[in-house]
Amino acid sequence: MKSFEFAARLKRLKLGRRAVIALPLLWLTLFFLLPFALVLKISLAESVVAIPPFGPLIEYSDQVLHVFLNLGNYLFLMSDSLYAAAYWGSIKTAFISTVACLLLGYPMAYAMARAPLRWQLVLVLLVMLPSWTSFLIRVYAWMGILSNSGLINNLLLGLGVIESPLRMMNTRFAVVLGIVYAYLPFMVLPLYAHLTRLDNALLEAAADLGSRRFNTFIKVTLPLSMGGIIAGSMLVFIPAVGEFVIPELLGGPDTLMIGKVLWEEFFLNRDWPIASALAMVMLLLLLVPIVWFHRYQSRELEK
Amino acid sequence: MRFKPRVPSFTTLMLIVGLLFLYLPMAVLVVYSFNSSRLVTVWAGFSTQWYGALFEDRQILEAVWTSLKIAFFAASMAVCLGTVAAFVMTRFGRFRGKTALSSMVTAPLVMPEVITGLSLLLLFVQMAQLTGWPADRGMATIWIAHTTFCSAYVAVVVAARLREMDRSIEEAAMDLGSPPLKTFFSITLPVISPALVAGWLLAFTLSLDDLVIASFVSGPGANTLPMVVFSSVRLGVSPKINALATLIILIVAIATLLAWFIMRRSEKRRLMLNRQTLGGE
Amino acid sequence: MDTTTSSKDTTPDPGAMRTVGKPPRFAEDVVLQVKRLSKRFDDALAVDTVNLEVKRGEIFALLGGSGSGKSTLLRMLAGFETPSEGRILLGGEDITQTPPHKRSINMMFQSYALFPHMNVAQNIAFGLKQDKLSKADIDERVTQMLKLVHMERFAKRKPHQLSGGQRQRVALARSLAKRPRLLLLDEPMGALDKKLRTEMQLEVVEIIEQVGVTCIMVTHDQEEAMTMADRVAIMADGWIEQVGSPVDIYESPASRMVAEFVGTVNLFEGEIVADAADHCTIETPALSRPIYIDHGITTQAVDRRVWAALRPEKIWLSREKPEGAYNWEAGKVDDIAYLGGYSLYYVRTASGQIIKASMANVERRGDRPTWEDSVYVYWEDHSAIVLNR
Repeated sequence: MKSFEFAARLKRLKLGRRAVIALPLLWLTLFFLLPFALVLKISLAESVVAIPPFGPLIEYSDQVLHVFLNLGNYLFLMSDSLYAAAYWGSIKTAFISTVACLLLGYPMAYAMARAPLRWQLVLVLLVMLPSWTSFLIRVYAWMGILSNSGLINNLLLGLGVIESPLRMMNTRFAVVLGIVYAYLPFMVLPLYAHLTRLDNALLEAAADLGSRRFNTFIKVTLPLSMGGIIAGSMLVFIPAVGEFVIPELLGGPDTLMIGKVLWEEFFLNRDWPIASALAMVMLLLLLVPIVWFHRYQSRELEK
Repeated sequence: MRFKPRVPSFTTLMLIVGLLFLYLPMAVLVVYSFNSSRLVTVWAGFSTQWYGALFEDRQILEAVWTSLKIAFFAASMAVCLGTVAAFVMTRFGRFRGKTALSSMVTAPLVMPEVITGLSLLLLFVQMAQLTGWPADRGMATIWIAHTTFCSAYVAVVVAARLREMDRSIEEAAMDLGSPPLKTFFSITLPVISPALVAGWLLAFTLSLDDLVIASFVSGPGANTLPMVVFSSVRLGVSPKINALATLIILIVAIATLLAWFIMRRSEKRRLMLNRQTLGGE
Repeated sequence: MDTTTSSKDTTPDPGAMRTVGKPPRFAEDVVLQVKRLSKRFDDALAVDTVNLEVKRGEIFALLGGSGSGKSTLLRMLAGFETPSEGRILLGGEDITQTPPHKRSINMMFQSYALFPHMNVAQNIAFGLKQDKLSKADIDERVTQMLKLVHMERFAKRKPHQLSGGQRQRVALARSLAKRPRLLLLDEPMGALDKKLRTEMQLEVVEIIEQVGVTCIMVTHDQEEAMTMADRVAIMADGWIEQVGSPVDIYESPASRMVAEFVGTVNLFEGEIVADAADHCTIETPALSRPIYIDHGITTQAVDRRVWAALRPEKIWLSREKPEGAYNWEAGKVDDIAYLGGYSLYYVRTASGQIIKASMANVERRGDRPTWEDSVYVYWEDHSAIVLNR
């Protein structure tokens, strides 16, 4: 009798366990994973003038099952050089921005990790605070600064350094600046987390063995913070490739980025299948970085 | 190494430069929100007229209310979902679907918003075709979308805390006869509550801030604050938005200051307790 | 720990390696001089006017509790802390202001501080690479060091794949690879468990003697200091209380603090009532008879108040009443701590004083006094030590 009760309890426990696992798994599968399958599906559909604006993939008529797999969207992407240029522009811009973020963020994180302990929390909050305000508004701030009649040009004109306004808005420079500005905290924080974990005794040991500070940095600090560099870079690079707001507000006609192209295909041309195909190709390009980031992240989680 | 440099080191200098870089543009926004001229870039005297105009703009006020509602419900749901996900990942050992779950938790952190937004919209459209729901896209669909990507952030924050937490206190509770579910509510949750608060706040700000995903999954009825701001700024700068930005910065700054104050106080109390129990070591 | 294998692993460089074991353990020249060294942190004086001389080839231990300043002193020698006052001379040369990477001093860290991203051989080679040695020289020296610490097989392992004892050997090899003039060991056995500790103590000493390097170690474990060091300095509150051989420190402590810190001791506060050339007598309220010592107190203490110190192993325990008018006391067994090799008896006298006496357990289960037995404790005329601080 007792053992039966116990078995029943165990069964209930196992059921409960399964239910608890199922809750987040189902939610995320339904609202995160399944949608990608639908994007793939729509990318193979035909664009039609209807609501919703795409044709069916499977049709059953006259006892015949018709399966339409329209590769035309992908072929179209390849035929028009605009898309290739947009992909290339996105990757180039994201790469330059990531490197710039790293060059600025690493020394910042290093200084934060070496700062007196009572200062560190304040510094972390100071770096985080901008990212808690509005992303949109922070990008918008640069519009007032960079435009032809903006703050910098007014200042330089007023000082007589330049005679005609510098064109900064709607350039790649502005887009990169915007990305660096918006994503800098996401670069600094993982770097800081890694650098604070670095055991000071290792740096002392290196100095004790005759290593100068720069050499110690290259041989010890840098390799041991590689995890932070990867995490920070991926947190900047991957979203930056698909960035829409920054090229829309700060970029111009010669700073094509794929996020913006996708947006326009979807909202202006209402060509959902092309937009889906664009998304699929972007996803394919980003698959390697995303998997890399995930691998690193789960290794970090197991520590 | 405790070499005390007399001149600020290169890294300290870069930290100062970096912080100036982060804060100067925001300072410019704040200053020009008090400009009386409509031209945002020319200073024409001090004025608070744009704040008055902001509070008369019904469209913005309605959007603020919509955004706050969505953010509140999305953050609350995300905390529930994210906490369960974090607990499952850190405490359940190995199970079928663990890799899938952990992938679906880390991927939204970096997934470009245009992809997430587009894919969710396609889901809602197909769901409406198949089941008749959601007939109209609006607050409900934005809520689902936000809950999904926010719960990933919450899961990461909470999982970090769960991993740090001393597991023996949970084991002690079960050893003393507390069943697993009860242990979770009476022991685990109170201990990780700071992480839940942090996760909720993070989710709240993420939801308030989102433009791209909301634009995809929203319908004609629901306009969130970023959507309204975006449609106004894409055409150029507007002093009303500067006033709005100033208010947002002010609120976030006060909230951060408050959080800092609380954290510092609890840290001090902890240090004092340590000193009392360990006799100063 | 005689080194019979001493010359086997030596190198062509005769200057750095000593090929003969003891005796004599070291030549009488001074390698390190510390002159009036102090270190102040904010308001606290961590190290207070320390003077020290360490001779060539010597193993010197700084022994003290936590907060005694021993680690700060070591870190100043390594160059990680800048002294507030005083000078450090290495081989007669002032190195007080020399940065750590330019000092011919290497340290084995308490946590070992092995670089986690480098394997064993790379860790050992790290210091050598800083000297811009040729690759062939580095390889040769690394091989030599691996052999010295018996780690040849593990050259390609990463630190996290090693056991605690193996890590320590790598750390030792790494700090010896550059042939420093002075080796610093920071709590060398701190990260090991007790059994491994005793083994490694002997092995580390053997390696150090084989190489012949001068060595300063910091420890809070008196047994470790006694086992490994030729000379020991007892530190407390930033001061050096006493410097001497392990025997000096134990048998002739300079103060109550040293006597209590090293080993167990009975202390009786009292007054010198007679002081002649060949004997002196101390009366103490704790005992009903005076303590007689078979030599005079040569140091002139104006204050006649002193402490008589008696080690438990120098106190005999018996059921028979001793003869004579001094150096014995009657009491009851209050408690017994059985420690295997010997037992420590706590004997309570009529006045309530507890006297600790140890008794070697020579016989298995012999007839020994037990709880509440009436016993007598007595000691020799030369056993007590007089301390005036």
